[in-house]
Amino acid sequence: MAKLQKDELEGIIQRHRESSRDWIAVGMGSCGLAAGADAVYRALVDGARERGLEIDVRRTGCLGACHAEPLVEVQVEGVPKTLYGHVSAEWVDLILDSHVQLKRVVSRLAVPEIAERLTTCNDREQPEPGRQYKIVTRNCGAIDPESLEEYIASGGYQALRRCLSELSPDQVISEVELSGLRGRGGAGFPTGVKWRLTREAQGAEKFVVCNGDEGDPGAYMDRSVLEGDPFSVIEGMTIAAYAIGASEGFLYIRAEYPLAVARIESAIRSAKLAGLLGKNILGSDFSLNLEVRLGAGAFVCGEETALIASIEGKRGTPRPRPPYPSVSGLWGGPTCINNVETLANLPPILSKGADWFRSIGTEKSPGTKVFALTGKVRRPGLVEIPMGTPLRTVVEEIGGGPLPGRKIKAVQTGGPSGGVIPANLLDTPVTYEDLAALGSMMGSGGMIVMDDQDSIVDITRFYLGFCVEESCGKCAPCRIGGRQMLTILERLSEGRGTPEDLEQLRQISKTMKAASLCGLGKSAPNPVLSTLRYFPEEYERAIAPAKANA
Amino acid sequence: MARTAARTVRAKLNGIEVVVPEGTTILEAAEKVHLKIPTLCKHPDLPPTAACGICIVRVKGTNQMPRACCTPLEEGMEIQTHDPEIVEIRRKVLELILSKHPNECLTCGRNGTCELQRLASDFGIRQQSLPSIVPDLPKDESTRTIVLEPRKCIACGRCLTVCQELQNVWALSFLERGIDTRMAPAGDILLADSPCISCGQCSAHCPTGAIFEYDETERAWELLRDPELHCVVQIAPAVRVAIGEAFGYPPGTNLTGKLYAALRYMGFDTVFDTNFGADVTIMEEGTEFVKRFQDNQGELPLITSCCPAWVDFMEKYHSDMIDHFSTTKSPHEIVGVLTKTYYCERKGLDPAKVRVVSIMPCTAKKYEIQRSDDMFASGYQDVDLSLTTRELARMIKQAGIDFSSLPEGECDPMLGLYTGAGTIFGTSGGVLEAALRTAHKLLTGEEFDALEFQPARGLDGVKEGKLTILGREVRVAVAHGMGHVEDVLDRVRAAKENGDEPAYHMIEVMACPGGCIGGGGQPYGITDALRLQRAKGLYTDDREREFRRSHENPYVQALYSSFLGKPLSEKAHRLLHNSYKPKPTYRR
Repeated sequence: MAKLQKDELEGIIQRHRESSRDWIAVGMGSCGLAAGADAVYRALVDGARERGLEIDVRRTGCLGACHAEPLVEVQVEGVPKTLYGHVSAEWVDLILDSHVQLKRVVSRLAVPEIAERLTTCNDREQPEPGRQYKIVTRNCGAIDPESLEEYIASGGYQALRRCLSELSPDQVISEVELSGLRGRGGAGFPTGVKWRLTREAQGAEKFVVCNGDEGDPGAYMDRSVLEGDPFSVIEGMTIAAYAIGASEGFLYIRAEYPLAVARIESAIRSAKLAGLLGKNILGSDFSLNLEVRLGAGAFVCGEETALIASIEGKRGTPRPRPPYPSVSGLWGGPTCINNVETLANLPPILSKGADWFRSIGTEKSPGTKVFALTGKVRRPGLVEIPMGTPLRTVVEEIGGGPLPGRKIKAVQTGGPSGGVIPANLLDTPVTYEDLAALGSMMGSGGMIVMDDQDSIVDITRFYLGFCVEESCGKCAPCRIGGRQMLTILERLSEGRGTPEDLEQLRQISKTMKAASLCGLGKSAPNPVLSTLRYFPEEYERAIAPAKANA
Repeated sequence: MARTAARTVRAKLNGIEVVVPEGTTILEAAEKVHLKIPTLCKHPDLPPTAACGICIVRVKGTNQMPRACCTPLEEGMEIQTHDPEIVEIRRKVLELILSKHPNECLTCGRNGTCELQRLASDFGIRQQSLPSIVPDLPKDESTRTIVLEPRKCIACGRCLTVCQELQNVWALSFLERGIDTRMAPAGDILLADSPCISCGQCSAHCPTGAIFEYDETERAWELLRDPELHCVVQIAPAVRVAIGEAFGYPPGTNLTGKLYAALRYMGFDTVFDTNFGADVTIMEEGTEFVKRFQDNQGELPLITSCCPAWVDFMEKYHSDMIDHFSTTKSPHEIVGVLTKTYYCERKGLDPAKVRVVSIMPCTAKKYEIQRSDDMFASGYQDVDLSLTTRELARMIKQAGIDFSSLPEGECDPMLGLYTGAGTIFGTSGGVLEAALRTAHKLLTGEEFDALEFQPARGLDGVKEGKLTILGREVRVAVAHGMGHVEDVLDRVRAAKENGDEPAYHMIEVMACPGGCIGGGGQPYGITDALRLQRAKGLYTDDREREFRRSHENPYVQALYSSFLGKPLSEKAHRLLHNSYKPKPTYRR
């Protein structure tokens, strides 16, 4: 694509509409690929060619219904658009023969209950109660993540065009402040405020950084967005760079996400060729270079000061703040670090406006949140819900409730730094404040459901074990406290606990929360504290009966 | 740290109002109002590593408990430094640290000087409430200068700050993560195979016994107990103004006379002074300078070479500077070789039966005594043993000497009587200053009237100065702390590449910040304030000496007239000079 000017986006959308014809889309995120989507895709391409069909077979990202992968969506004129689930290569002939050629839906493979839940902000201005609403994942599963044209055709780069032609950097920041967008990496710091601090900080060179070091067990929100809609993240970063005055940026993505890295690198190349990155973006005098940096598998590198150290080539350990990265970050320059999901929110906010965004979600937590819903539910997958949706809706309506014959015991949110919420509190709305009040946290979006077969002590031992494994070792409370607590939990989960163990757990937890240097150590005791609070009986049962005559 | 902001911050600590410059940490502010916040990882000489978490305080009206060591005080902050909960948390952190630290205080070299031990005592910890999880890690004694004992490491990170940031050596690093985090040479190799230059700054800053000098006090006692041997001792300039700290004297107190007496009491047969060697060094190095400056024989600038850690650093990282290096040996090597030649000849002693022990502020001197064949110029190892100030302090205690009531003694003057120029070798800038005093005389035939060359003094990392000799401008520089040397050398290289006049004519470099007074073998607790006090002790010694220029030393004059001939003579070359060669940064 030749370098685009601001007024050339409409032409692309027009051409795309006119050329649109019948298509088949295969969800080819990591979840789809793991379920065999690649074989389905190849069978569809071969089958269509053998039959001489005039149909596009497209690769898209994750639709969110990971439980029903591989997913295939078919759009043929004269037949309602249909989503098929659990498709294997053997079913491809049937889909091609029946749906495409005979124009008859294969109802035994169709999954209408999934299709109707996939409302996006491209379809509707407002969410429907009790339903998902996709802002961040609006394009995931809908467009070919490697096609810049499809991204533009679905409304992409309108926000950047608006910023570059209508808004000063200051006005962009004001709009983001007005939207009330809060960081989706977990802490919920207002994004606009972070931008303003970086813009106002003194420094010759400023940087934007995309934090794609997603590492919570069971969480894959950022991976799905990077894989399914990479241009959205890049457009978000470009807007951020324009707002804060950066011309250099890095995407820090964990090396265990090879597909995400490949898609982002492909998207950067396409955006560069189209003049959407590099010098004089969209013909303006604003320029930005983006580079990918791979994380080497340390969870703590999601912490922003550790992430900076890692990009600089140093050992990835946190350092004390202040100074915050917005004042002194990469190589000492003011640096704005935003999470993948935060960045993907920006194009819709700046094309639809702050008021629209504010109208979704709650007053203090506007917008939506993406969760990786896993564990003991019927329909695990990637879900995006308006903030304020009760946990019960997510678990029971969207997730389909417990497995047959089982009862939900608890929901864990916030990853290893979060807490375990008992089933009797499932009516709690999902907001930063409400989850924190329960001793858990929003976190980056892991949501693991446990049922009556799960042992709370075991789950707690698992989460703490994760943090112990991932502690960078820099500060004593986290380095040693975590290990000592884990020893106690190991003893408890074997039923060999002592009455003193619980008090020791409380004391070390308190010490780690107060005296650890970074968020990892400060929040590592959360699973312990929340389960001690809500499930004391399970701990009591884990204490060995005192030996007679001991 | 230079603070340009003139703005001040008003805040309260435990209800006491403080007004401090913006950027002052809570810990620094607390010290001003005499509140003592306990710390373990923070060393007053180093930037905070924020590792231990013991210095947490409470910000009133918030749920924040920031670390006092690294959190700047903000306007209007109300800080509580102590309350029952804070104390409880600090105690718990300490218990956690103790659970991963061997309970071996009685047999540890740091028994009595260990900062962890002191905190445990202050907090009244009487039992271990948590199971011991001390890892089984081997000792590394490969350098025979400093010993790494990672089992005792509390991962405070001071040694890394010192090795990487202060000294720019990058020998030490943290390996692995979480509970397995351990201090080790980068690449998990032996320290002897690493870029370590044995400066020992890590050992001087370590709070526990995890990094310790290679203790050779036993070996020294063995020599002293051997009736066959004639034991000669010498003390370096910086030792005399620091050893008192181990005996309760104010820093900087000059204890030369007591040291002579103590060493004789311990059984040394002859007591020399490295300061005499310094005077000889100046005769040789000053003459080298004259040759290069006046006769264009050799490269300018002339760079000093009496610091063995610096020599090692140069050979590993800056070997393009070899031609600039003075070939003159360091003062204690000169005393060593002259003992086993000149002194033995004069006294009719068999050098095979003579042992020379150096008391040095330095761990690298332990390495230097076997650095190359040049260190065996007498036909024997010129210096047999090098002990640090800290080791000597222990030996004095072991000998049962009541140091404070000891009468002052005298040295043996033949290789002992020294000038003021010799004594200031112990502080950064002193070698340059001493060299100028003699070079001026050699070049002009007249004495240098400005005896005290102020630009060379003080603690700035790089000090520059100019003077005029014979109508020519002489540019000099002093760098101390290996982290500062690169800038100076880059200027030398740039001038060379551009074909300009040399950036400098003479450069003095010392590996340790402050020079030898801040050496890696000196008593613990070094700060800039302490460095200045120790330096002051040496400058006072200089002013009180009968002679202040090396060439005025009558025993130096006698040495040349009766033994060496003149500086840079063939004999002087053979005994007092050495050569350098490039070395790989990593041995493997």
